Amino acid sequence: MVTSDQILLVPLLPFLAFVTNILAGRWLKDRAAWLSIAASSLACVIALPVCWAVFQGAYFAHQGTWLMLDAVPLRFGYLMDPLSATLLFMVTVVGTLIQTYAAGYMHGDPRYSRFFAYVSLFMFAMITLVISDNYLLFFMSWEIMGLCSYLLIGFYFEKDSAANASLKAFLTTRIGDVGFLLGFLTLFAAIGTLNFSEMNGLLTEAHKTHAALNTGLLAVAALFIFCGTIGKSAQFPLHVWLPDAMEGPTPVSALIHAATMVAAGVFLVARSFTLFMAVPNILPVVTAIGTITAFMAAFIALTQNDIKRVLAYSTISQLGYMVTALGLSGLGAGTFHLITHAFFKALLFLGAGSVIHGAHVQDIREMGGLFRKMPHTAVTFIIASLALAGIPPLSGFWSKDEILLAAFGSGNFLVFGVLLLTAFMTAFYMFRLIFLTFFGTARNAGVHAHESPALMTVPLWCLAVGSILIGIPGSPLMHHWFQRFMAQTVHYPEYEPSALVMACSIVVAVLGITLAGVIYLEKKHWAVTVAKNFPSFYRLSFNKFYFDEFYSAYIVKPFNALSRILFGFDETVIDGTVNNTGRATMFLSGVKQWIDTYIVDGAVNFMGTLVYFLNSVTKRIQTGFIQNYLLIVFLSVLAFLAFELKLT
Amino acid sequence: MIVLPLSHILIFSLLLFAIGIYGALVRRNIIGILISIELMLNAANINLIAFSKYTSLSPETGQIFALFVIAIAATAAAVGLAIVLALYRIRKTVQANEVNLLKW
Repeated sequence: MVTSDQILLVPLLPFLAFVTNILAGRWLKDRAAWLSIAASSLACVIALPVCWAVFQGAYFAHQGTWLMLDAVPLRFGYLMDPLSATLLFMVTVVGTLIQTYAAGYMHGDPRYSRFFAYVSLFMFAMITLVISDNYLLFFMSWEIMGLCSYLLIGFYFEKDSAANASLKAFLTTRIGDVGFLLGFLTLFAAIGTLNFSEMNGLLTEAHKTHAALNTGLLAVAALFIFCGTIGKSAQFPLHVWLPDAMEGPTPVSALIHAATMVAAGVFLVARSFTLFMAVPNILPVVTAIGTITAFMAAFIALTQNDIKRVLAYSTISQLGYMVTALGLSGLGAGTFHLITHAFFKALLFLGAGSVIHGAHVQDIREMGGLFRKMPHTAVTFIIASLALAGIPPLSGFWSKDEILLAAFGSGNFLVFGVLLLTAFMTAFYMFRLIFLTFFGTARNAGVHAHESPALMTVPLWCLAVGSILIGIPGSPLMHHWFQRFMAQTVHYPEYEPSALVMACSIVVAVLGITLAGVIYLEKKHWAVTVAKNFPSFYRLSFNKFYFDEFYSAYIVKPFNALSRILFGFDETVIDGTVNNTGRATMFLSGVKQWIDTYIVDGAVNFMGTLVYFLNSVTKRIQTGFIQNYLLIVFLSVLAFLAFELKLT
Repeated sequence: MIVLPLSHILIFSLLLFAIGIYGALVRRNIIGILISIELMLNAANINLIAFSKYTSLSPETGQIFALFVIAIAATAAAVGLAIVLALYRIRKTVQANEVNLLKW
């Protein structure tokens, strides 16, 4: 029996772990990891029956009024529908596995407990985001995740590159976040609610009755909300932060920058799906952004040499896939790819982390022949890469196929072609990575690789099993159960499975793998030849389309110049005003001081001096000789007597 | 019986008072000063009794006053002598010109 307390416990447990670790981490030391893992796995254990119940057709929602805004109540609550149950399942399972891995990976780090505190806070935010039932709560957890991302990218803040990367990530996503904030506020102005279910109900009802909606306002809202996705899910043109985010520890890259947080942007579109459906002409924008991102990132990934950067661009590319799917009204396909991608991309990052942990290098040109030294890492890495490349029956094949089907079925053949090309490049760059890393001969004799401890390889295998099996519920083997499951709440077009699409998908994947094998195992000079013959393409890819340079020249530099001008204004005008006020005050104080010293104090001192002077005269009477006093008394009496007698 | 006129008694008392005041003002010994004060008090007593006898309807009035004055003079002398003793303890002298503790 699922109670509301039970669901609330799921985000609460990681939060408690965060509080404990941040306050008592100094004493917990290595136990901090176990606390976080325990909280996370307990949350997982609690969440799984709930998710299972939702998979069986149950539906949970609960609300409590948070505050009243002029009689408009702001309600907070959770919503367990197919979408959130799916993500809750993925987040808790993947999160727990990655934290277990991190316990081994981060071992010996001086800020060990701090790391797990941040990760727990992130888990709390992510779970809250997934189960939240309104935009406000969603946005709050969204922002906490942004904070965690910032803190964890800059976890090794002694390194300048890490500190800069965290700043870049924070500022870049902020652009999207502001858009998101404006978006849901506009939405509130348009329909008067922030609750997902209420919004869905309102829009569906309006659609049915052909009621007039303020489409213009809704379009603005949807566009702004999509800005949030562009920022958080690293879509073109705000994708630049994600590759730099790889400065963070690898488990963080796996958890936040591959599996969960970056998927939150996709989740946001999925959550707002009725809104995007209700507004005409917004979905093509989503599709365009997604396709451009998918293609561009895959193209960049072809020539990168840092193992984590290749994976980062791969993540961007796959996120582009998901966004494209959503843009093509494929809610099921997009969400499906989100889940499968979370598993195999987390696995890829953890595998890369294991390689870095064992070989202590990140540049794939210095690796090679690691297969025999790190068999567990290599095998799981290859499984994940096959899943990503789209080889059946691994999970990635089914989800990618759904997306391609959505493009094919909806008649967007240009999108279909680009996605197919992207799939080819994906297979190529992943296997370029694998052949350079695990096969061939060791190119750097200084690298002494060794397999990682079981604490790290066991999560790898768990995720590998997940990467293999998680695609089954959405595959024809289970009659597309997942798609029907997602279609329970939101209606979107579905397409008949096409053998042609599947065949294309398999062919490009196999082609990509084969080409990578030929080039990087046999004909190594081919790569050089290609780079020489197409220098502009090569440079474009190697320099990441010059995005960083472009932003640096046209946004960062002008912005800095403006800042300097404003700083100059601040310094001369504002500071000048303050300083001159200060100087004027000091001058006035000087005058007052003079008055005080010479007039007020002078008067007081003059009185004192006068009394002192008079005293110096009159004190002579006080001789101390008693007879003098007596004489004075006597003479006085005589004087009074004489005076008295004379008068009378 | 020769009746002594009032003026004689007053002159006597005046002389006594003058001796007393002179002594109080010029004597250096504090005990001497105290004795001189006693003389002045006695001069006052004589005046009281004389006026009482010659002018008052009930002569006892002055005598009672005189008795009071004698009693108070005795206590004053006791206090004065005590002060002198105390003074002697701290300054080892009873000479009024050697003591000027009340000086400014």
